[in-house]
Amino acid sequence: MSEQVKKFLYVNRKAPYGTIYALESLEVVLIGAAFDQDVSLAFIDDGVFQLTKGQDTKEIGVKNFSPTYRALGDYEVTKLYVEKESLIERGLSTDDLQELTYEDEDDDWAEKPSIRIVSRKEMGELMGNQDVVLSF
Amino acid sequence: MKFGILISEGPYTHQAADSAYHFTKAALKTGHEIDRVFFYHDGVNVGTRLSIPPQDERNLQKDWSALAKKHEIDLVICIAAAQRRGLLDENEAKRQGKDANNIAEGFRISGLGQLIEMGIKSDRLMTFGD
Repeated sequence: MSEQVKKFLYVNRKAPYGTIYALESLEVVLIGAAFDQDVSLAFIDDGVFQLTKGQDTKEIGVKNFSPTYRALGDYEVTKLYVEKESLIERGLSTDDLQELTYEDEDDDWAEKPSIRIVSRKEMGELMGNQDVVLSF
Repeated sequence: MKFGILISEGPYTHQAADSAYHFTKAALKTGHEIDRVFFYHDGVNVGTRLSIPPQDERNLQKDWSALAKKHEIDLVICIAAAQRRGLLDENEAKRQGKDANNIAEGFRISGLGQLIEMGIKSDRLMTFGD
């Protein structure tokens, strides 16, 4: 759609339920995927809860949109950076997160993990390297 | 410099739409360029023409409409966020079988693609939110 390719980072800071930010962030990511930009997602603070597995929203009457994260690979959204310190501070580990993968077309469509655990310092550097940062 | 403006919190509840307004005015005054402001999350509520704040308070909708008219700024309200929150233009009200519409002058409803496009075309995208 556009010849110009910019580095877009979507920063997810909020828990998946309680406020609408996580859901409406995901909606931007899915629409934005059509623009063929260099897209990364960051999960920090309570945003790390967005990727946890076993989410069950039946009792709160809100749609469970966590399966949508599994579709991101098909949208060529393959870089999901999760901040290690945010996980630890919340008593979470990578075992608590969904297994998200994508098929790497440059490597004979090998299935690879989309989630990359990075330190707070690395996350800062990642943010510094972006053209557009959208914070939710 | 060319700025894109994103407003992602509701009017009066939050200062985002005020700060964005003051920033936009200051940027234009000092020779910068702002073509589009995108309203997302509760920020879409800035664009209803049915809000009536007390007379001795600022009216964010009117302020934005006037600024947009003066400087030809494209005020875009996200359609998905707007529909959740009851903001409809005439076409959408008809299409959805609703008996009213409430979009203020100078605002238009469109898709999230307009936000991404703004990010691509601007030198800087400024978010006013929480």
